[in-house]
Amino acid sequence: MTPRKHIPLSRTLLTPVVSIVLTLILGAMIFGLLDYNPLSALYEFFVAPISRPDQIGDLFVKACPLIITATGLVFCYRANIWNIGAEGQLIFGAIFSGGAALAFPDWPALILLPTMVLAGMIGGIFWAMIPALLKVRFNTNEILVSLMLTYVAALSIDWLVRGPWRDPLSFGFPLTKMYSDAALIHRIDVPFVGMLGQLHWGVVGALIFSCVAAFLLSRTILGFQIKVMGDAPRAGRFAGFNPHVTTIGVMAIAGGAAGLAGMVEVSASMGQLQPNVSFGYGFTAIIVAFLARLNPLGVIFAGLIVALAELGGDNAQIVLGMPKVVTGVFKGILLFMLLAGETFNRYHIQWQRTGNKLNLKEK
Amino acid sequence: MSQPSSLSDTHLRPLFEAVSITKKFGDFIANNDVSFTIHEGEIHALLGENGAGKSTFVKIVYGLLQPNNGKIFWNGNQVFIPGPQQARQLGIGMVFQHFSLFDALTVAENIQLAMPPGETIASLSVRISRLSAEYGIGVDPDARIHNLSVGEQQRVEIIRCLLQDPKLLIMDEPTSVLTPQETDQLFSVLRRFSKNGLAILFISHKLDEIRALASHATILRRGENVGSVVIDGQTNRQLAEMMVGAKVKNISRQNAPEKSEVLFEVKKLCRPKDSIFSVALRDVSISANAGEIFGIAGIAGNGQDELMAALIGEWRGHDDGIFIFDGMDISGKGPAERRVMGMGFIPEERNGHAAVPSMRLAENVLLTGHSLGNLVRHGLLDLIGMRAKANLIAKSFDVRLPERNPLASSLSGGNLQKFVVGREIVNVPRVLIVSQPTWGVDVGAAVFIREAMLNLAAKGSAVVMISQDLEELFTIAHRVAVLNNGMLSLAEPTIDLTAEKVGLLMGGTHVAGEERT
Repeated sequence: MTPRKHIPLSRTLLTPVVSIVLTLILGAMIFGLLDYNPLSALYEFFVAPISRPDQIGDLFVKACPLIITATGLVFCYRANIWNIGAEGQLIFGAIFSGGAALAFPDWPALILLPTMVLAGMIGGIFWAMIPALLKVRFNTNEILVSLMLTYVAALSIDWLVRGPWRDPLSFGFPLTKMYSDAALIHRIDVPFVGMLGQLHWGVVGALIFSCVAAFLLSRTILGFQIKVMGDAPRAGRFAGFNPHVTTIGVMAIAGGAAGLAGMVEVSASMGQLQPNVSFGYGFTAIIVAFLARLNPLGVIFAGLIVALAELGGDNAQIVLGMPKVVTGVFKGILLFMLLAGETFNRYHIQWQRTGNKLNLKEK
Repeated sequence: MSQPSSLSDTHLRPLFEAVSITKKFGDFIANNDVSFTIHEGEIHALLGENGAGKSTFVKIVYGLLQPNNGKIFWNGNQVFIPGPQQARQLGIGMVFQHFSLFDALTVAENIQLAMPPGETIASLSVRISRLSAEYGIGVDPDARIHNLSVGEQQRVEIIRCLLQDPKLLIMDEPTSVLTPQETDQLFSVLRRFSKNGLAILFISHKLDEIRALASHATILRRGENVGSVVIDGQTNRQLAEMMVGAKVKNISRQNAPEKSEVLFEVKKLCRPKDSIFSVALRDVSISANAGEIFGIAGIAGNGQDELMAALIGEWRGHDDGIFIFDGMDISGKGPAERRVMGMGFIPEERNGHAAVPSMRLAENVLLTGHSLGNLVRHGLLDLIGMRAKANLIAKSFDVRLPERNPLASSLSGGNLQKFVVGREIVNVPRVLIVSQPTWGVDVGAAVFIREAMLNLAAKGSAVVMISQDLEELFTIAHRVAVLNNGMLSLAEPTIDLTAEKVGLLMGGTHVAGEERT
């Protein structure tokens, strides 16, 4: 594979279209082979979930935690720090913000919500600092540490909602008390339209967050430092940037973002803590970040595409009785095609006439 | 003179002949209609600037690349060389500029890896010893590579080629890593090869060496063969002008000011080694005056990288009072702080150290400019200012840009180096520290860069220049010290120095290899 020298903008825009068309063709073939009507299957996947305005609202709601989390991860991956533990950081954001919501149910929304936002971010940062500090101090591998801490986080919230934080009136269900009304993120009452499904203010926050992140990354010294450290760490040290500070900084941003996503998700959609506050958002966000080519604005679109695939999968299961594995395979094909298309947009294959191993060695 | 008629004094038939070789990479023509002939026992130099197409041509000869056009003849028969394996079968061997040896293995083990399977280490060791005795190469088959000097490693590479019994040996810039003494040894070995009938194709851009060794030269310029000549009939200046295609400008230093203040000082810098492949610095002291170029000679791998990192401030020790800039102790300060005080740095490696290849020139301006001036205000980047600065550098340092604000990776080595040098010099640093400023840069750019450093010194700045290029040091440095195995010799005025003297200092402990730890 050799990098392409010139990548025209038209091709960059065309590539995802081609990828999606290929996915549709392949998907239709698979559905056909499994005796589903290919056209109606594709309809249930891509059209039905967004055929009404309120469904579009729901699409944004589904994409919301993905967009927030993936935006934070973009900073890590740009700096070449492989934080794959956003799931755990998201859970800890939910725990901390939930703690605040449960501890101060009497506070007014104007004070309580900002407190919860802050608490959620601190929770995510706290969980992200463990792999970050271990990496800086002992040069541990952040991939392993952050991933393993995800399971610790999942068990932590499980223990909390079954143990100390369980609502005594929950009839034994592992749930906390409901948040007070002041601790909830409300749905948006769009002028002249009314409520759009579950569309809530957190979605607006997510979009603003991505825009701010895009600005930070492209227009500030902070973003420059992160990109230099990722592209050429030696040049970064030459510039006088501290690699440890960068590592801790991007991990804090990613952890804070994931924590925020956890806070929003619980506060807007659940209203109480439960054993499962995240449905793999932290992991799906990794795909979203790469689908967006590590561009915060791209994250919005990538988040929506992935959310659509999720909703479409659910829909196909309900309407057509399609097994979960089949919808999973289809989602996999979609992501694979998008990422492959992107790779071929940037590289082209060069066939070599001679392939002998000395060739490689002496290069 | 572009006709091989001047070779007619050789009565032997051609061993290897390439006719009208053309090689394109996309739109770029690396070799255009290049023809070339070499006879048995002939030492033939392939001359040309960086980017002239020398490497492409020898890679075609060695089968690593396939020409788009042209024919290759071996002993008068047309042949097709699909890969290095086939080249070796024909009898073509090649010693690369960058060695492919495994540090942790012994000489014999390394060689065994490249040989057809089936031969034991023991029998191979015997053959290695016999060959090395026959040609006076001096290679111990049981030595481990990481204990060998660069010159010795090169001899291992040569032996590896010789064991395949080649008729034509290609050597890519073999002297770039050697001391003058090691170069002499290499040349006498190569002459013995030639007497035994081995043809040698020798790539270089150092004219004195070529004159000392080769009988014929083929000169490439921008991918074209501009002439194959008998070297005795040409002056160095004529050869240089064939290479460059224009008159070569002479530069020389002015005398350093008689008495001037010390602008930059290093006092007994010690740095332990951080891996077995790095070099410890021991009591390195430097004192550079205003208006002076302070040269540090030495072969790569004797502590240059470690010293440079300490000078830049990328590595910092715990002691105070080691680095003094204009009377102030800067030992604890990082690169950005040192720049703010008025220092500039140009590391050896352009790609990924002095510049970020994947970023545009305007962003690369920011790499060393983020702490200076007002390119960054309240954390926000001044994109227009960055571009303007990049354009200013490009204009005043003759950086040829393929497009507006290009990626650093799209610039040729020489152009990127001019940018990296210009980026520091436009700020007129009071102390400039450079490493290998003209490494891998064409003659024209090298002259330009050296002139820029001389001008900076003439303005009253101090320049500390680490270089492996003795010619460069003798041309522009006022004083030269030699770095060998992490120790720096006392600096002496260049006027009092000879190449032999510096060479001895450079090779000092290499002769007594067992002393090294």
